[in-house]
Amino acid sequence: MKERLDEQTMALRVAKEFEDGMVVNLGIGIPTLAANFIPEDKEIIFHSENGCLGFGSAATSEEEEDFNLVNASGQFVTRRPGMSFFDHAESFAMIRGKHIDLCVLGGLQVSEKGDLANWSLSEKKLGGMGGAMDLAMGAARLIIAMTHATKDDKPKILKQCTFPLTAPRCVSLIITDLAVIEVTEEGLVLKEIAPSWSAEEVQELTEPKLIVAPDLCEIEL
Amino acid sequence: MAVNKVFASFDEAVADVPDGSVILIGGFGPADGCPSHLIRALARQGAKNLTLVANTPGHGRDLFEMLQAAGKVKIPPDYDDGALLVKMGQVKKAICSFPLSPWPGAVNPLMEKVAAGEVEVELVPQGTLAERIRAAKAGISAFYTPTGIDTILERGKETRLFDGRKNVLEYAIKADFALIRAHKADKWGNLVYRGTARNFNAVMAGAAKVTIAEVDQIVPLGELDPEAVVTPSIYVNRVVARPSIRKGG
Repeated sequence: MKERLDEQTMALRVAKEFEDGMVVNLGIGIPTLAANFIPEDKEIIFHSENGCLGFGSAATSEEEEDFNLVNASGQFVTRRPGMSFFDHAESFAMIRGKHIDLCVLGGLQVSEKGDLANWSLSEKKLGGMGGAMDLAMGAARLIIAMTHATKDDKPKILKQCTFPLTAPRCVSLIITDLAVIEVTEEGLVLKEIAPSWSAEEVQELTEPKLIVAPDLCEIEL
Repeated sequence: MAVNKVFASFDEAVADVPDGSVILIGGFGPADGCPSHLIRALARQGAKNLTLVANTPGHGRDLFEMLQAAGKVKIPPDYDDGALLVKMGQVKKAICSFPLSPWPGAVNPLMEKVAAGEVEVELVPQGTLAERIRAAKAGISAFYTPTGIDTILERGKETRLFDGRKNVLEYAIKADFALIRAHKADKWGNLVYRGTARNFNAVMAGAAKVTIAEVDQIVPLGELDPEAVVTPSIYVNRVVARPSIRKGG
């Protein structure tokens, strides 16, 4: 079997989307890992929906762990000059009001129109979306970081999502362990692929027809 | 007579909560900011048929202690959340954004009660939940938001186009009691918080008929900087101090 990108490498690719001065909200999982790969010449202000802007890196020692300073994943983070605290209504005003420049979330399915399903496998089961619906609708730009296919290689990028939707037409870019795909009006554009993979092989694991970018290249890290 | 909202005990502060009340509970997951002592007092008081409104009402200390033993999370030493009331059979409905366990495979009391058909859940996206609570405080009956459009949460709700985009109508949550947690209070009920423990607490203050604040410390009137007060006293009816101050507030 051909090698696919591991989570750390995907997180590294996600971090390449960070631009100097951006306010960024990272979801649980691979997105949160991207905070470890901020380029040195860029200053990123992280937002956490539980009411914190501009916090520092994850706590690395027990002395640094403060029950009053956690991110939305429940991880202990650290103080940093410039940070601010606020309540949940204010926090989601920032989100809904399009003040968050970039949000990166995990995904279960993304459709060719950029619909996202990431909170429930079936509406018959008890689910919980937390802040995902607000973030998906409200972020100025939404990136989904997920594996390209299911464990048994069924496509997760589909013509239409089969799982309950998080939000319609909200995804701008999909970063997977095989490819980087942009959602456009014309359809899904395959822009980058993992080393040793061909566009045809990525297409086989993708339901909708991919438009291969003229400047298709290996995933840039 | 001088204004003094300080109650001597948590039990006295929740003594008049009747059966069938709608209760807002602050906090966010296992971190600080949950009014654990007020929740325990309400469990002792025994009010039934409650509706809990909280972001995550159903985790519970048992689940978190199990996850803590497995090295997955850490919880404050005196932690309890709304799941205590769920476990005691005092809850008929939960309005929340995340009823599930924070760890795949682990089950919390709310999930068990829902599976048994004993508790009903109304799912609300986190930001809409905060705004429905804030709306109640601000005297707004309902509002339109794009969150939830074209999802299963849109069903049965009024929709309307604004700037060409569909929005759903969401109603204020009318509550009877708000149980919140803050860092410092004075006897008028002015509150300041600490770090991310502010979360839903400051939103819920004033959003119910009676707001009860559990605080680390009660300071003399005048000690809180008026420029830095987060929750003005008007929103708070009762204040109770926690038994001891520990590291991290």
